Amino acid sequence: MVDTNGEVISRGRAKREGMGFTSPDQDRVRTKIQVENLSLFYGNSQALKNVNVSIADREITALIGPSGCGKSSFLRCLNRMNDLIPDTRVEGDIKLDGESIFKKNVDVVALRRRVGMVFQQPNPFPKSIFDNVAYGPRLHRLCSKSELADHVERSLRQAALWDEVKDKLRSSALELSGGQQQRLCIARALAVQPEVLLMDEPCSALDPISTFRIEELMLELKQQYTLVIVTHNMYQASRVAKFTGFFLNGELVEFGLTRDIFERPKDPRTDDYVRGRFG
Amino acid sequence: MNAKLRERLAFALLALVTVLVIVPVAFVLLILLIRGLPAISWEFLTQEPRSGMTEGGIFPAIVGTFYLVVGTVIVALPLGIGGAVYMTEYARPGKALRLIRLAIVNLAGVPSVVYGLFGLGLFVIFLKFGTSLISGCLTLGVLVVPIVITATEEALRAVPQSFREASASLGASKWQTVSRVVLPTALPGILTGTILAISRAAGETAPILFTCAAFYLSRLPHSIFDPILALPYHLYGLATQATNAPDTIKYGTALVLIALVFGTNITAIVLRLKARRTKRW
Repeated sequence: MVDTNGEVISRGRAKREGMGFTSPDQDRVRTKIQVENLSLFYGNSQALKNVNVSIADREITALIGPSGCGKSSFLRCLNRMNDLIPDTRVEGDIKLDGESIFKKNVDVVALRRRVGMVFQQPNPFPKSIFDNVAYGPRLHRLCSKSELADHVERSLRQAALWDEVKDKLRSSALELSGGQQQRLCIARALAVQPEVLLMDEPCSALDPISTFRIEELMLELKQQYTLVIVTHNMYQASRVAKFTGFFLNGELVEFGLTRDIFERPKDPRTDDYVRGRFG
Repeated sequence: MNAKLRERLAFALLALVTVLVIVPVAFVLLILLIRGLPAISWEFLTQEPRSGMTEGGIFPAIVGTFYLVVGTVIVALPLGIGGAVYMTEYARPGKALRLIRLAIVNLAGVPSVVYGLFGLGLFVIFLKFGTSLISGCLTLGVLVVPIVITATEEALRAVPQSFREASASLGASKWQTVSRVVLPTALPGILTGTILAISRAAGETAPILFTCAAFYLSRLPHSIFDPILALPYHLYGLATQATNAPDTIKYGTALVLIALVFGTNITAIVLRLKARRTKRW
């Protein structure tokens, strides 16, 4: 949480004062990510227009909207994945725990350690299950060789995959089913011990049962992590997310508690969308 | 009916062309086998030539070609892979990069005798390496680098972008991504391309003619600054100079050379098949 002087306020104080969120019946939460006047350009086309939003610590925030509305682009700003795409330009600011992520001295690699990501298509490396999860810890030397196996097991357990793969850790990750691969990717992201986990339509390539398992998993993960998920599926947003933002044509039309967005949206465009009139 | 007839005609014509392509190759192989096979013996493969190449074997030439191939790999692999990694993973796309690519494609088309003269000028004379194994390896290395670069670039581009994104999202630097994910994934493709390039180099005569090959030697090189015997040039010598050498020695030498080249090519093909079977992205 950042007050008007740009100071980071302790969690306790933020809770007491309930700052940052204006909805009357909201629980009091700390801000993890503060987005201020964010605009994003791919070459000459503008993908995001002046987005302002606070993302709550250790809660699930869902971003909904029709295809091409900018929700994925927004997500990719939060860990600066758009840097990989040539010819992108960002205006405005994003603060993680009160610190700008766009400052010159910010180490993008370190930022991505704190803000992990799970992609739309499961994308395990063509390596063994173990090596996939151990990839991050090995990169960052998070633990000694002897602790690595424990670390991998813990991450796989967190991602609710351990029981299914414990006997075949050395076989290729590509032999797993789609849902298992996606949970492996979640385990791989968790193994880096991030603070925030971004999920870009993590269930769009999965069947209903796998989707259910991943949703269960998200609810468990929010105890420890700040989750931001992009989803096409409005029911998914209403099932798991505490906060929901509705994007349309690069604008964040409305943001608030999920039940407000779905039951009494303020903007007519949000109303049309959540009632299924378009998109 | 007319369409059907044409179809048959086209089919017959294409089949004929295919046969026409295969026949000469099969013919060459057949003649080599019939006339060269009697020469192949343990002595032929393990002894040095004697009495002005009219007797004995071709052992030093086999060893020389082997050294050449190994040396060429040592020169060309790091250069080629390094260049390709830079161009596909690091360099910003633009006019300069397109120009470099064009230059590399053109380099791959330069006649090998030009490379030979280049090697003579640079390595043998200017750098004073003399007619030596190292001059030959460097020359052949330069000759195959464009092919290695092209093959490596192709293999790198075949690595899905999602792997790079996944790696970056886990906090990997560019080099960590390249060395831990991209290169291992592309390796079978890189090796296949490289082996094919090397097998071409193994059969080249012109570049080694000026830089490393001796016409006649009865001993193996003691250092990288010694000249060597190599199969292609040895064969040339046998065919044009040692006119009184028995034909079986000439055909035997040709057979060994072509077996070497085919052997390496088959290795590349097997490698590619294996990689294709395990690839699932």
